[in-house]
Amino acid sequence: MPTRVFGEPIKRAEDPRLLTGRGRYVDDIDLPGQLHVAFLRSPLAHARIRSIDVSAARDMPGVVAVWTYAEIGPCQRRMPLLIPHPDLTHPFTRYALAKDEVNHVGEPVAMVIAESRYLAEDAVEAITVEWEELPVVVDIERAVQPGAPLVHEELGTNVAAHYVGIVGDPEDAFSRAAHVFRERLVIERSAGMPIETRAIVAVWNEVEGVLEVWDTTQAPIVIRNALAALFGLAPTQVRVVAPDVGGGFGCKIMVYPEEVLIPYAALTLRRPVKWTEDRLEHFVGTNHERLQIHDAEIAVDADGHILGIRDRFLHDAGAYTPYGIIVPIITACQLPGPYKVPNYHVEFRAVYSNTVPVSPYRGAGRPHAAFVMERLLDRVADALGLDRAEVRRRNFIQPHEFPYDVGLIFQDGAPTRYDSGNYPGMLELLLQQMDYDRLVREELPRLRAEGRFVGVGIACYIEGTGIGPYEGATVRVEPTGQVYVATGMPQQGQAHKTILAQIVAQELQVPFEAVQVYEGDTAHFQFGSGTYASRSAVVCGSAVALAARKVREQGLQLAAEELEVAVEDLVVEDGRVFVRGAPERGFTWGQLAQLANPLRYAYAGDLVVRPRPWTGPTLPPGKQPTLEATEYYSPPHATWASGAVGVVVEVDIETGQLLFRNLWVVHDCGTVINPLVVEGQIHGGIAQGIGGAFYEKLHYDENGQLLNASFVDFLIPTAKEIPWMQVTHQETPSPLNPLGVKGVGEAGAIPTPAVVAAAVEDALRSFGVRITRVPLDPDQLWRMTHPETS
Amino acid sequence: MTAVGTERRTIRVVVNGVAYERDVEVRLLLSDFLRHELGLTGTHVGCEHGVCGACTVLFDGEPVRSCLLIAVQADGHVIETVEGLAVDETELHPLQRAFWEKHGLQCGYCTPGMLMVLKAFLTEHPDPTEEEVREAISGNLCRCTGYQKIVEAALYAAQLMRQSRE
Repeated sequence: MPTRVFGEPIKRAEDPRLLTGRGRYVDDIDLPGQLHVAFLRSPLAHARIRSIDVSAARDMPGVVAVWTYAEIGPCQRRMPLLIPHPDLTHPFTRYALAKDEVNHVGEPVAMVIAESRYLAEDAVEAITVEWEELPVVVDIERAVQPGAPLVHEELGTNVAAHYVGIVGDPEDAFSRAAHVFRERLVIERSAGMPIETRAIVAVWNEVEGVLEVWDTTQAPIVIRNALAALFGLAPTQVRVVAPDVGGGFGCKIMVYPEEVLIPYAALTLRRPVKWTEDRLEHFVGTNHERLQIHDAEIAVDADGHILGIRDRFLHDAGAYTPYGIIVPIITACQLPGPYKVPNYHVEFRAVYSNTVPVSPYRGAGRPHAAFVMERLLDRVADALGLDRAEVRRRNFIQPHEFPYDVGLIFQDGAPTRYDSGNYPGMLELLLQQMDYDRLVREELPRLRAEGRFVGVGIACYIEGTGIGPYEGATVRVEPTGQVYVATGMPQQGQAHKTILAQIVAQELQVPFEAVQVYEGDTAHFQFGSGTYASRSAVVCGSAVALAARKVREQGLQLAAEELEVAVEDLVVEDGRVFVRGAPERGFTWGQLAQLANPLRYAYAGDLVVRPRPWTGPTLPPGKQPTLEATEYYSPPHATWASGAVGVVVEVDIETGQLLFRNLWVVHDCGTVINPLVVEGQIHGGIAQGIGGAFYEKLHYDENGQLLNASFVDFLIPTAKEIPWMQVTHQETPSPLNPLGVKGVGEAGAIPTPAVVAAAVEDALRSFGVRITRVPLDPDQLWRMTHPETS
Repeated sequence: MTAVGTERRTIRVVVNGVAYERDVEVRLLLSDFLRHELGLTGTHVGCEHGVCGACTVLFDGEPVRSCLLIAVQADGHVIETVEGLAVDETELHPLQRAFWEKHGLQCGYCTPGMLMVLKAFLTEHPDPTEEEVREAISGNLCRCTGYQKIVEAALYAAQLMRQSRE
């Protein structure tokens, strides 16, 4: 019987190392003679540098060098604009070390390179800078007003981009609507906050003539290419490895100043150089996300059918736009969600502020979109006296309406075109799991009668996943029987080694344990872009499947020649290729790999290669001495995952605390490769979503100082705050890729702020509050429930 | 200018059953000592201000934040780290087995801290409730898993450990 590996809850290949302390994260790498870097970062949000005095620091014990902008050679160029966009009319990127101006607290100003991190930090303290303070703007609503301080004087404006997207005839829709509802909706600033901070180790390998870099990046090939271009090296002279990486969530995909400066130091000083970000640095040195302010309105007919939506929003870009306007573009395109919005006007301005730059954080504009859409629908339901589930039912895109075009161009430049889904089915499944009718008719009224402030929320979402440009993979059967798989995608915990091995094990019918996956190392694979946008399983998984299928064909062809039978007469099972009905007539995959390679000797122990009579070249033209294929997969456009989530919450109005009583998720990421891994992804996303709904807000004051830059003050939910999550799978395969899969990495984070807001609003119905801003917190809930005292 | 704490002292410490004697700067953090002096990099550092719990090790059997201790405080004490958890090369500790089976880890960064906290906890609470497990690990932040599968793993490990004692 063929072995089924694909789709099974296989235990992860990654785990034995990680569980026994044998993982290798970047900071675990200590090379002989290694130097250590510490940065001086700007203490001010906006200032000009009058002078920097590093002389005392240079004289400190153990200090090898102290660099400012003047000393960084090729790194003096501005950092790259990674993703341009025509509407990003005023892009601005930083210098790796501030040249003459700083634009946010935490911007790198000088770097000390010393014999130990302790000595480097000592020397940072000895650097003195004479600053000329400049006016600061943090509030993005103020930043767009005339006369506001300018983050970048030379641009003449704080508006980096102005985008308008129009579908249908929104004006007409609003003019004929039975009802129009308006809301101002805010989702606050937050950040991915992986438990491992960023780190880089670099060394110039004299023997090989290769710059070797270990980097916590989500995109080692991008970093490799950037370093090669910057230092005038061939790409093969730079090797970037993302080894074990302790979480990414988006913020580790970038080309950060440290990612060019540490390698430059290694090149220049000819010694290994390491920098590990500390947590306080991470708060101000690694990108943030989330703040958007939406003025949204929805037009519906008398029955609650959506006629149109108009949304104008401000997006906080922070001080620079290295990652373009990906986040607000995603918000704009995904705002309609799983609903038919025939007429849609969306418009945003991406606005500079003297804060840490913004780039994608798990969800990447989608939690914002879902928050706006779902809050608007709740408003419609409440105003029209409809059940909140019913208003969604009435507006869903139906299963027969795919492919469905939203009418806008998505983040990847392709149409925003949903490929498949079953949104009504997904909601019904959720309501069933929740026992929704009983909940609403019996349980909640009973609890409320006891004086408890309980509420239910539901929210639906879609997610454009698996975008291009492409990824690739090499699959090779080794003559020793293992299967080598190499890809360009690194992981930060998403189990690539496991799921990619499952794909190959299924295609070749070899044991899962025989498949060895190499990832995140440019020495193993040279082309691709990285792990982001919930794309690894879709894009890389598909490339792996295509390569494995090609190797399977090669193996079948070779076996057919050797056995003198037709390919159609062969079967692939139990790690072997053999004649149907005659299992003894066949080869293991390892034997086939030996047969493919006409060496003059045989491999010990498993001899199948025998001397052959001369018939010409031993490796005829067109043949390769291995069973190996490299394939690329480039999706036509995103594949659209979806889901629905329901929660029951209780508010303690005396303390303002929020308790989750139940949480259910139905998600649809197409064909599931490994249900354990998928559940883990959903759980983690929801937990971050709960953080964004009730705990995690980065507080800046008007001077641009981040007030809660520590784990004491920026609250990440613990095991006590995250409820039990009941996950149900719905599988609507994608027609776009060979596996039928859709991405799931960001899923849970997307609907959670919206669903928590809905449930809290329901719980506090007797107070008549409307939740229009997340995260909530105990203080806000207390004020809402004590209007007379606040 | 010489920074505070740069004078050196000799310490003797037993880590995972091995006795070490090292000459260290008195300001050296215990976490840095374990990771970079002894090469025991299984203990991770996530915040260096005592909140995230990634650096948790056992100090005379009690869980401590190794980023909040300096190495000289460990002089004369016994430390256990994740490297010492498995029974031997071939046999994982029940906690490690349970985390593997229940998918109790993703990126693996918080995992050593979770394992060490739970080792101490399960010794004192062999049959905990879900709530007790959540309380026990509430000083350890995980950004990947949403904790559910960690909780499942801990409960399963407790069961395995009870069975092995029977």
